[in-house]
Amino acid sequence: MAVLVVAEHDNASVKDATNKVVSAAKAMGGDVDVLVAGANAGAAAQAAAKIAGVRKVLHADGATLAKQMAEPLEALIVPLMANYDAVLFPASTTGKNAAPRVAAKLDVMQESNVIGVEGADTFVRPIYAGNAIVTVKDEQAKKVLTVQPTAFKAAGDGGSAAVETIAAPAGPFKSAFVGEEMAKSDRPELTAAKRVVSGGRALGSSEEFNKVLEPLADKLGAAVGASRAAVDAGYAPNDYQVGQTGKVVAPELYVAVGISGAIQHLAGMKDSKVIVAINKDEDAPIFQIADYGLVADYKTAVPELMDELNKAGV
Amino acid sequence: MKVLVPVKRVLDYNLKVRVKPDGSGVDLSNLKMSINPFCEIAVEEAVRMKEGGGGHAAGAAKEVVAVSIGPEQAQETLRNALAIGADRGILVKADGDVEPLAVAKILKGVADAEKPDLIILGKQAIDDDASATGQMLAALLGWPQATFASKVVLGDGKATVTREVDGGLQTIDIELPAIVTTDLRLNEPRYASLPNIMKAKKKPIDVKAPADYGVDTTPRLKVIKTAEPAKRQGGAKVKSAAELVGKLKEAGVL
Repeated sequence: MAVLVVAEHDNASVKDATNKVVSAAKAMGGDVDVLVAGANAGAAAQAAAKIAGVRKVLHADGATLAKQMAEPLEALIVPLMANYDAVLFPASTTGKNAAPRVAAKLDVMQESNVIGVEGADTFVRPIYAGNAIVTVKDEQAKKVLTVQPTAFKAAGDGGSAAVETIAAPAGPFKSAFVGEEMAKSDRPELTAAKRVVSGGRALGSSEEFNKVLEPLADKLGAAVGASRAAVDAGYAPNDYQVGQTGKVVAPELYVAVGISGAIQHLAGMKDSKVIVAINKDEDAPIFQIADYGLVADYKTAVPELMDELNKAGV
Repeated sequence: MKVLVPVKRVLDYNLKVRVKPDGSGVDLSNLKMSINPFCEIAVEEAVRMKEGGGGHAAGAAKEVVAVSIGPEQAQETLRNALAIGADRGILVKADGDVEPLAVAKILKGVADAEKPDLIILGKQAIDDDASATGQMLAALLGWPQATFASKVVLGDGKATVTREVDGGLQTIDIELPAIVTTDLRLNEPRYASLPNIMKAKKKPIDVKAPADYGVDTTPRLKVIKTAEPAKRQGGAKVKSAAELVGKLKEAGVL
């Protein structure tokens, strides 16, 4: 069996999500190749070649792939599938955008957000925001999966796979990149961060959200997240959203400030190693899953926490 | 311009999900079902294209057609879309689970018959969370797509769409006809007024079957087990920030 992993990368380097999806692919058994589709992505292809257990890296480079849009990815990957039994995408916005197009072209039903691999044709995935977990048997000749990277350990380095250059699709395509506004931050990326500080609607305004959470995140070297309620209220950008309709995170430390703990939010963070909840409502559902709950108003609790962290030399 | 809006009937988002004790699935008996929230956003956007608002000129869309694939009761979901302002509905009656691939194939059949300029769908349904139907439909039709949209600006033969992507926002142009899938911030759907709910009851709904579009809805994937998620052991409380920092140090996460 041969499995193709579509790399998550920024042309310069591969993201940790790629290493995690490689682990999911290895669990299926068989050979694992990695596709790096980008523009001037030679460095990313070289980085992918170092992932342990990768047989070969396919490197497609061209202007049509610069933004890894869905149409060119479909055009690139569908013909490659003649040589593969399965293709695995990270469940990132890039992967979620392209994978179903590939599946439909192959006449395959895709499995989304896979969190467990139990052999070559049996997969585990959450439904209903993680309130139910299904085990699914996929006996289709070709398989298309999006994989939740946080559910898998990253494959280490130490590999030395060959890099094979393949042609980028020529186009033209009916969609064109116009521009982007990426959040500029020195903080770690939310889905890859070891620590996450998240705020909820209790913070009351975007000024308060930033004033309370940013110093704490800076102190902990943490990424900042938010509940859907805080995003809906306009306190935080959508990109911060943790939960069913946002991002899934599993850091070592998750600090929830003023978050009540709606099931949609829990779906995105309940696999964190240690969960801290600070909320003045002692009946908030977040306390049921928190390892350490502090029933207190964040207005006093967060400054006190900052003081204690300082004292502890953090 | 004609806009097609597929809508899905799902368990109401306020309700707690219960897994059947025998692990054979999720228990939906006697529970309130509603229009999928992302589908509701899609209907609202299409109706604004017709009525004006949300950055759209009135009359940009001439007709808004809602389509649902599901059991007889999916009529209610269509009535919901009609009450928001869709002009007419199409119910493709199918019982049991219909996977996104089959839904996309049926919708392709509907699109071939209706010839819309734009199809707006929710980015995901809150039951299976698959986030696949819109993209699959785009591929089957050979159309461009703009998923996870937070802003749609209609232009001459194209749409400029702002997308919610990891790390920020991306803006792309798509040639029409095209597929757009909605993210949360695209709009805030209205509450349908009582007169509009009454009016919706008189709007036409065509009833079709998957076979009318030559689609077999037999699932491709076999669900062999449905389970409750592992329960997290939580619930411990600390009395102060000082105690919290002590505990975190003990746990080795500081």
